[in-house]
Amino acid sequence: MEHGRADAVHAVEASGVGKVFAGRAGEVVALTDVDLTVRAGEFVSLIGPSGCGKSTLLRLIADLDGASSGALTVFGKPAHQARLDQDYGIAFQQAGLLPWRTVAENIALPLELHRVGREQRRARVAELAELVHLGDFVDRHPDQLSGGMQQRVAIARALAASPKLLLMDEPFGALDEMTREYLQSELTRIAAETGAAVVFVTHSIPEAVFLSDRVVVMSPRPGRITDIVEMPFAGERDEALRESPAYFERVTAVREALHGAPVERANER
Amino acid sequence: MRRWRAAGWGAVGILVLAAAWELYKLLGPAQGLVVGAEGSEFLLLPRTHDRAMPHLWEMGARLLAPTSGGDTPPLIVTVAGAAVTTLGTAAVGWLLGVLVGGLLAMLMQRSRLAELGLLPWIVVSQTVPLIAFAPVVNSIGTQLERGGGVWPQWFSVAVIASYLAFFPVAIGLLQGLRSPDAIHRDLMRSYAAGYWQTLIRLRLPAAVPHLLPALRLAAANAVLGAVVAEVSIGLRGGIGRMLIQLAGQASSDPAAPWGPTFGAIALGLVAAGSVALLALGLKNYRRGEETV
Amino acid sequence: MSAVTAGARDGWLRVAAPVAVGVLGLLLWILVVDVLEAAPRMLPSPTAIAEELVLRSGIIAEDMAVTATNALLGLGVGAVAALVLAGLAVASRPVDGMLAPIVAAIAVVPIVAVTPILNTMFGASSQFGRVAVAALAAFVPIFVNVLRGLRQTRPVHRDLLRASAATGWQRFRVLTLPTALPYLTTGLRIAGSLAVISALVAEYFGGPADGIGTAIATYAKSGRASLAWAYVAGGIAIGLLFFLVTALLERLATRRSPQ
Repeated sequence: MEHGRADAVHAVEASGVGKVFAGRAGEVVALTDVDLTVRAGEFVSLIGPSGCGKSTLLRLIADLDGASSGALTVFGKPAHQARLDQDYGIAFQQAGLLPWRTVAENIALPLELHRVGREQRRARVAELAELVHLGDFVDRHPDQLSGGMQQRVAIARALAASPKLLLMDEPFGALDEMTREYLQSELTRIAAETGAAVVFVTHSIPEAVFLSDRVVVMSPRPGRITDIVEMPFAGERDEALRESPAYFERVTAVREALHGAPVERANER
Repeated sequence: MRRWRAAGWGAVGILVLAAAWELYKLLGPAQGLVVGAEGSEFLLLPRTHDRAMPHLWEMGARLLAPTSGGDTPPLIVTVAGAAVTTLGTAAVGWLLGVLVGGLLAMLMQRSRLAELGLLPWIVVSQTVPLIAFAPVVNSIGTQLERGGGVWPQWFSVAVIASYLAFFPVAIGLLQGLRSPDAIHRDLMRSYAAGYWQTLIRLRLPAAVPHLLPALRLAAANAVLGAVVAEVSIGLRGGIGRMLIQLAGQASSDPAAPWGPTFGAIALGLVAAGSVALLALGLKNYRRGEETV
Repeated sequence: MSAVTAGARDGWLRVAAPVAVGVLGLLLWILVVDVLEAAPRMLPSPTAIAEELVLRSGIIAEDMAVTATNALLGLGVGAVAALVLAGLAVASRPVDGMLAPIVAAIAVVPIVAVTPILNTMFGASSQFGRVAVAALAAFVPIFVNVLRGLRQTRPVHRDLLRASAATGWQRFRVLTLPTALPYLTTGLRIAGSLAVISALVAEYFGGPADGIGTAIATYAKSGRASLAWAYVAGGIAIGLLFFLVTALLERLATRRSPQ
């Protein structure tokens, strides 16, 4: 799996991307005219109300669905090829662990599928389990783990093939607030350590602001990008950030963007 | 603990049935309960005399007595031998049925067209009484034997048993192969995993909770099919033929037919129990299974 | 492939595919028997079977009536017994404890094996054995399903009725019964075909000389294959009839179930 070249190209480049579904009562325009660039190593959140197309866009990047129009490349290749080359890892809202496999076996799943040798697999699984702080639980089954722990296993699994792009569809949505905040910090740390780009779908404004370099605001009917809000917190993402006035100001900015009030601000700081 | 309690209650239930039997013999009408007018009478409750309803201890004694008088081994031994023979034939039939049913299920999961075309026929196939096939299969078998092939008579019984066994496996495995939810299927797709990898790593393990009850049902069906086919073909050494034989002598030896009857019941229980043992080995694949 | 067009395409194929398979099978059959004349003994041509069906429709129908009546009676008795016992099992733990292993055992043993005993007890000219076997076969799926249905009420619905101070009877009428009804019809559907097959196969194990099963056995033994298969067709017809009626009932009952 070659990722050296990936640093030179953007992780995701979408231009004019649209998606139309044929529904029972005619066509549904899930996405229209999406232009988005995600740089290598950048953390981008997609946020918006139901029906704004954020999950659809994620699925298009993952090649789980095909775009109806426009061009979408992942590391310079078509999304289809990127999937075959395993250039990304994905995590869903439900951890989606296979219940009959242990934690170690779940993390190893993508490696098994790509015929990585047993010794190599074991080493990588141990490394990943340590990364998400679940080293002592590798022989447990998912039904013996809490929701937060299952989600950490899912993240470890998503990183198994050392992808330079992580796609995450509301992975913390089913968890309680305390677990969410803990996992957000973990995710930030992991993304920084691995240098992976992340496209993160969420409907929590504080979460998007805490995690991202940029927050992409979307709205529905038809699904489209209405705004992109920059976040200046690189390198500062610790618990103190959650209480800082700058953080609250950015949260307000995203909220205003979601509600449609113009966000033409001069930098007030 | 729970299993012992269930077994305990089962034993109580059996005792209740046994008590009911003897109580009826003691207190019931000697000529049974007849309903209906003269000429179209219907016996609703049986006659209580010993020829129609032997005492339970008579049944027990008969089991220990020689099969057909003189030096022949006790009835219980003959019954056991016949039951084992039938069990073996049923096992072969079960394996065949599982194989055919399994392959059909995989085909139908892979191809919607195959499912639409075959599934209705598979469902209808079970309305055909299998005794219709017994003579056909038997004659194919004898023709093959005469032509130099190998097709012992018991194999015809196994083939007929497999006809009953394949159905639950085809349906159950199909359900199981289709059971993984969208999230798991998306996951495998995101790994660019092909059909076979997805089958082995996702669909088959996910199918285990659906497959196990189907295998149990298939075992019970295979036993039924074997017994009936034995009667139809007249296979020696099996419990089906023994049932018919001893029933024919019931007027002179009323307790005897109970021997192979108990044997057939035990046979079904053993077959189902064997599959339950199999289920034990697959425990890990049943985690997260909803208790029905 | 969008969901709608897949469903629409399905609709036409749902009928066409199995019909095509059936026609193919029939042609293959005719090919092997009539054209290639490679049929094993006891497998006649479909045309010969059709002839016998037409010729002997009278006696076939008579025997069909016997078997169908046995199956229907068995289905009815089994259903009533299942309902009563399931009700008792839900109400009383000891009854549930005793019934569960016995029903599980009945489900796995070859029930038709008790037919000879029943014929001895009730006389060889009685249909009791066949009806009893059909009843036992029908009892199990109906019992299992009704029991499950009676226990399926959702906690949120139970809470609602409790908060509205509903009596036990009201709760049964408004919640338990409608919840259990689809399960009952599912059990009936499974039991229907089972009752027919059991009644038919039980005829193999003795009793009066009427019914489809005895006819099949007799004619198969005497080598009259086409007639035997004509009777088989009669048996299939009964089975299909029971299946269609019970499946329709099930479809009607599950339309607005609380799932």
